[in-house]
Parts: sequence; structure tokens; C-alpha cells
Amino acid sequence: MISTLRNIGQFVLGMLSVLGRSGEIWWRAIWRRPRLANAPLLFRQIYQLGVLSVVIIVLSGFSIGAVLALQGYNQLVQYGSESALGLGVALVLVMEIGPVVTGLLFAGRAGSAVTAEIGLMKATEQLSSMEMIGVDPLQRIVAPRLWAGFISMPILSLMFCVVGIWGASLVGVDWLGVYEGAFWSSMQQGVDFVSHVLKGIVKSVVFGLIVTWIAVFQGYDAEPTSEGIAAATTRTVVFSSVAVLILDFFLTLVMFNF
Amino acid sequence: MQMRTMEIVVGTFLLAGLISLSILAIRVSGFAANPDQQTYTVVAKFDNVGGLVVRSKVSVAGVVVGKVRQIELDQETFMARVELELDAEVNQIPVDTTAAILTDGLLGGKFIGLSIGAEEDFLQDGDEIYDTQSAIILEELIGKFLLNAA
Repeated sequence: MISTLRNIGQFVLGMLSVLGRSGEIWWRAIWRRPRLANAPLLFRQIYQLGVLSVVIIVLSGFSIGAVLALQGYNQLVQYGSESALGLGVALVLVMEIGPVVTGLLFAGRAGSAVTAEIGLMKATEQLSSMEMIGVDPLQRIVAPRLWAGFISMPILSLMFCVVGIWGASLVGVDWLGVYEGAFWSSMQQGVDFVSHVLKGIVKSVVFGLIVTWIAVFQGYDAEPTSEGIAAATTRTVVFSSVAVLILDFFLTLVMFNF
Repeated sequence: MQMRTMEIVVGTFLLAGLISLSILAIRVSGFAANPDQQTYTVVAKFDNVGGLVVRSKVSVAGVVVGKVRQIELDQETFMARVELELDAEVNQIPVDTTAAILTDGLLGGKFIGLSIGAEEDFLQDGDEIYDTQSAIILEELIGKFLLNAA
């Protein structure tokens, strides 16, 4: 009984200290904005996190859009309202699936790489050598990655939505024969820029922040052994996926007036 | 990779983001599709607007000529006061035109159909359409049907 209590207490304290340390790193890194001289570092990270994720995002977006069109058509055609297909696919993509799936893919594709990279830097004592020669690793390593994630995620999510809608129009209009005018006009009538598209962008910005934050912290906090790095990479993917899904629920709750 | 190549690639990436945003804005949400389009507002009062919503379309002979701008309750008559925003090009709608709330297909949304009248005076900005026809409420129809059958 006592030991159970002790374990629970230890667990909670451990969680709090993780939260504290990660918050501290985030806070200290985010205020060390990449200065103009550090811009190349930021470019390199946008390339690593954003540009290299484009292919997986485009492929997934296309197939998800196409699948949504297939399934949506099957249901809608029973009621003779397949003209609402464009509206349905666009709303689902822009508000939910775009930001969430991009967040999950981003965690797997980019988050894990960041954790492994920083963890290995720590294990090979590159971080401490940097501190030794007077270079702040928070500024040089952590800050560009945080900002790059923050910038890349919304762009990737927007691309995902556009490609998804394109895929849906290919399947729905060109293959299944939904009337093209109805497909686009129902979409334009029902999708509102401020109340749907912008809220989706806000979601993706939040997911970008949270995923890179978790990734950077797990790398920074990793045990400097091979097992430690492996565990940290796993934790990054698991934690950030769960965080994206849970946060999505609360963001939807707050932003869409429930 | 060369620094310069990377800058170009990253620049393309950011540009692709901007293009995606504008596609979502213009093509998908119809935002600012016609920013300078001139419109004028006409008011119509209905007993019941059913499922009519703001941004529902207004059509004449099936052609979209405007949209619903606002729906509010008239506190004196307890009728729904609907503001219609019509394209300025469509400026020859007679004052005795009828506005009816119709349904787009079986499960589609509600929209307002204007049946053109015969007067030679045309609706101006701020005018009211007096001849209106409310949305058909399925429950009321069924109620009438049951009464007749009994």
C-alpha cells in the first residue's frame, strides 16, 4: 500500500520534473530567436523537417483524399446527394484530417529524426563541447529546429489539404462522374475561410509547436547511450502522436463553439 | 548540399505553402472570389425560414444571383426578416416578385427562389419583397395530410 503510494508519488513528481525541464528548454530556446547570422541554420532545418517531408505528405494527402471521395460517394449516392461530396471532403480535410494526419506523419518523419540527431549529439558529447567553446547549444541546435517545425507544419498541412482535395476531385469528378460544377460550388458555398480554413491552420501551428517541442526535449533529455537514444526516439513518436490527437479534441472543443 | 541550392529549395517550399493557402482561400472556400462585386440589399419577411442559413444562395430561374446576408427575428411581427444580397448587375427585378424558400434536391440545403413579377418598377437597395412563401415544413405537411385522411 505504502509502496504503491510511493510509486504513484514518484511517477507524478517525475512527470512534473519532465514538464518543468522541457518547459524551461522551450522557453529559453524560443527567446533565442535565430538572428540573421543564424538564418542558414534555420534554412537547413526547414529543409530537413519541411522539404524532406513533402513527398510523404503529398502521397498520403492524395490517397486519403481519394479514399474519402470513394467512401463518401458510396454513402451519398444512396440519397442522391453526391453533389455534396466536394463539401464533405473539403470540410473533413481542412478542419480535421489535414492538420491531424500531417501532425502524425510529421512526428514520425521529422520528430524522430530530430530526437535521434540531438540524442546522438549528446551521446557523443558534441553538446557539451559546444558549451565548452562558448557556443550556446540552445541557440545553435534547439532554436532553429523549434522555429523550423513551427514554420513547416502549417505549410505541410496546407499542402496536404490541397492535394487531398485534388485527389478527391480526380476520383469523384473524373472517375465516379460527380457533376463538376456541383462538386466545386457546394464546396465554395459551405467552406468558410475564417471559420474553417483558418482554424485548421491554427491547429497545424499548435501541432507543429508541440511535436518539435517533444522531439527536441526527448533528444536533449535522452540517456546518452544507444538504448537511451532508441527509447527517446520511440517516446517522441508515441508522445507526440498522442499529444496531437488529444490536443485536437480540445482545440476542436474550444474553436468550434461547443 | 550547396547552401545556395538549399536556399532555393526552401524558398520553393515556402512559396508552395503560399500557393496552397491561396488555392484553399479562393478555389475551396470561395473567399474574395469577387471582392469588388457590387451588390444591393433587399429585405423579405417570412413566416418560417426552415433550414435557411446565412450564405444560402438566391436564384432566379435556377441561376444564382445573390446570397442571404442576414437572418433575424422581427420582434414586432415575429416573422423572420431575411436580408438578400443581390448582384448589382441583376437590377431589373420587378417589385411584385415573389420570394419562396425552396429545397435543393431531396436532402439539399434551402435556398431562396425569386419568381419574377410583372410590374415595371424595379427593386432598389433597401426595398422589401412583400410576397413571400415560407419553407415547407415536413411535419406540417404530414399533419395536414393526416387531418384530411381522418
